[in-house]
Amino acid sequence: MIALTQIAGRARGNYAITVSGGILAAIAVIAIVAPWLSPNDYLHTDFDNILSSPRFGGGHWFGTDDLGRDLFVRTMMGIQVTLLVALVASFVSLVIGVLYGAIAGYVGGRVDAVMMRIVDTLYALPFIFIVILLMVVFERNFLLIFVAIGAINWLDMARIVRGQTLSLREKEFIEAARLTGVSTFRIIVRHIAPNLIGVVVVYVTLTIPQAILVESFLSFLGLGIQEPQTSLGALVDAGVNQKESASWMLLIPGGLLALILMCFNFLGDGLRDFFDARQSP
Amino acid sequence: MSLLDIDSLTVRYGDETAIDGLSFTVNAGESVGLVGESGSGKTQTALAILGLLPRNATVTGSIKFDGEELQGAGDRQLDTIRARRISIVFQDPMLALNPYLRIGEQIARILIEHQIAAGRAAGERVIEMLDAVGLPDPGRQSRAYPHQLSGGMRQRAMIASALITEPDLLIADEPTTALDVTVQAQILELLNAIRKNTALLLITHDLGVVAGYCERMLVLERGRLIESGPTRDVFRAPQQAHTRTMLDAAPRMTRQDYPAPASGETLLDVDAVAVSYREPRHGQLHAVRDVDLQLKQGETVAIVGESGSGKSSLVRAILGLIPARSGTVSFCGETLARNAGSRAAEIRRDLQLVFQDPVGSLNPQMRVADIVREPLLVHEKQSSQADGKQRVVDMLEQVGLDDVFLGRYPHELSGGQAQRVAIARALILKPRVLVCDEAVAALDGSVREQILQQLRELQQTSGLSILFISHDLGVVRAISHRVLVMYLGRLVELADNESLFDRPLHPYTKALIDAVPVPDPEVARSAAMLTGEVPSILTPPTGCAFHPRCAYSVDRCARKMPQPRDVAATIVACHRAEELDL
Repeated sequence: MIALTQIAGRARGNYAITVSGGILAAIAVIAIVAPWLSPNDYLHTDFDNILSSPRFGGGHWFGTDDLGRDLFVRTMMGIQVTLLVALVASFVSLVIGVLYGAIAGYVGGRVDAVMMRIVDTLYALPFIFIVILLMVVFERNFLLIFVAIGAINWLDMARIVRGQTLSLREKEFIEAARLTGVSTFRIIVRHIAPNLIGVVVVYVTLTIPQAILVESFLSFLGLGIQEPQTSLGALVDAGVNQKESASWMLLIPGGLLALILMCFNFLGDGLRDFFDARQSP
Repeated sequence: MSLLDIDSLTVRYGDETAIDGLSFTVNAGESVGLVGESGSGKTQTALAILGLLPRNATVTGSIKFDGEELQGAGDRQLDTIRARRISIVFQDPMLALNPYLRIGEQIARILIEHQIAAGRAAGERVIEMLDAVGLPDPGRQSRAYPHQLSGGMRQRAMIASALITEPDLLIADEPTTALDVTVQAQILELLNAIRKNTALLLITHDLGVVAGYCERMLVLERGRLIESGPTRDVFRAPQQAHTRTMLDAAPRMTRQDYPAPASGETLLDVDAVAVSYREPRHGQLHAVRDVDLQLKQGETVAIVGESGSGKSSLVRAILGLIPARSGTVSFCGETLARNAGSRAAEIRRDLQLVFQDPVGSLNPQMRVADIVREPLLVHEKQSSQADGKQRVVDMLEQVGLDDVFLGRYPHELSGGQAQRVAIARALILKPRVLVCDEAVAALDGSVREQILQQLRELQQTSGLSILFISHDLGVVRAISHRVLVMYLGRLVELADNESLFDRPLHPYTKALIDAVPVPDPEVARSAAMLTGEVPSILTPPTGCAFHPRCAYSVDRCARKMPQPRDVAATIVACHRAEELDL
């Protein structure tokens, strides 16, 4: 593995990475720290200030919602939940997808054929329908969202990793390792996986916004996070209902959601350029 | 006035200088060789002349063509010169030809674009030209797509497209490097014969090519012109040390003093090994048919053949990387299992391989120390960390690398250094047989010479046996004790080094030897040239596979397959081995 400091040093020259990465880091830190600094909490109903508009004097920086709850704290909480869902879902898809794809691609032959047909079959299932069904059968539940989102994202990851592994497998350094007697497991872990990092990192940064969107979409439909907890998608849903009387309830969480998505997309683009440049010096 | 006049041309990429103050001229109709090792700026020069350098290049100096300044000229002005008055032939015709256009069509487009001919007349010109470059059945071939032609035929088509406008200057950038040696000779002869009044700027790393085909030569080193003059004079009395090193490193087909091994114990016994692949629609592809070979302790056996001769398949079967269809391979009297992958770990460690592409055979994400150490981790798990490290350092030292390389990644190494690392990895387990698959083909002349010397020394000190696969007879001549020549999957001739090179018994061996360009302008080019190309292995000729290209073939050759037999201490597969005087 190339030293992290070296990577960091070279990434610094790339504005897409530094700017969008910096914004994301700032948002994440604020979302975690700020609720403690605010005098309000996410459950407390302030009956004196229902649907009050954002102002800095009155303690409700982003205003309040139709139940008088402080929107600033709720938005920060929404960001936490959204980022958490996205990261955990991407991590799930990363682990399953990379292992599955690398094994299918490296072992090849019949194993590969069977494994990839399973992926094809899963692809064919109508995802939203399955999620709705899951939600109906089981209790609505935070964990279920992770599982559901991870369960679709790993399919793409597995396909991409498999394709990459197929071309890596033909490389001479893999043949050299086989000749030396290196075990299949060690070849996958030591020789294949490290060479997949570029592709995988880029793809993960592109699946994160996808996971965020899916979570927001589920929450918007009322299938996601359970009240009184909230996510950006749920906040946008609440905001849409009040869009005439309290536009801030839609604009603030919606704007932040858009900003986060954009940053992840730019980050992915930047990383792709960065790793491409490294592969062809 | 000279046709091309380059004056203090400099090309920079950021801080790196690719070409540094280069000045030279090319006169009308003359042939000039531009030689240098990789990275010396040969191709950059060609691209600069044609205005094809990438945008991030900073170019200064002057390039005058027929009095007209090309440096800094716009595409519109260059378009009146390029293709019409200056043409280029690239190294890889597959990349230079558009895969979606028929051969005839893409050549005709040049005529149409430059308003030289149109319609039917253009088509006729193209067919005439394809005929002139020796494409058989040009009418039919002009309707073929590039992938339907063989490598040599594609390069002929490329030459046709370059010369169809009758340019004043033809730039040929390593035009034969991607081709087999017998085809290389044909293409070079063709280039020389067909160009008429066109001046030729031949870019090559192969001094043999320059010696045979160029009147003058220019030697580049790291972007600088270090020597120029008539080819004869440069070869006879090189002024610069670098030129001398390059000349010394050029394979000369002279035997090095290289004592044969004393002990005669047979290490590796290959008995009637055959390899075949399943090809969709064609059934079985027989890559190797019944080849016998013995490798003795401390001996180097070279396997020689053009592409498609099955040499790589044969060694992969010996190493157990692919299954042999029939026959056996035994190592120290013990038969290796025929199934790929099931070899015992102990045998595995005694047979190691070095690949052609030094960089590709090293994991880009691992440091040199870890690459060389990995075999130890697999085979000697009990050995300590410190001991392993010491052995890696010692091994690197043996292949001529000091310990600053331990922390490097493969992309930080030069080709020669990377190949040394690959050799170190192969040798760290102290194998008894080292297989080198075109291990020096990708290296520059002087580096190749060093690596060969290194292998010789390792063999002398440790009694290593080497199986050396190569298409380069100069290298084979220099390193091997015995040579196995293969053609279309069959053994053609197996003899010791001297007898094979001095008294070849098979016409194919003789043709291979003659096709090697000799780096000496005084030696007349061999007139007898092998015609045609290696036939497809899917549809091998009847009888002797070589008979369609053989100058000595008789009826019997087309009917009956000659079996390998002993003739004067040589094993040869030719009906007429005794009667022919080659």
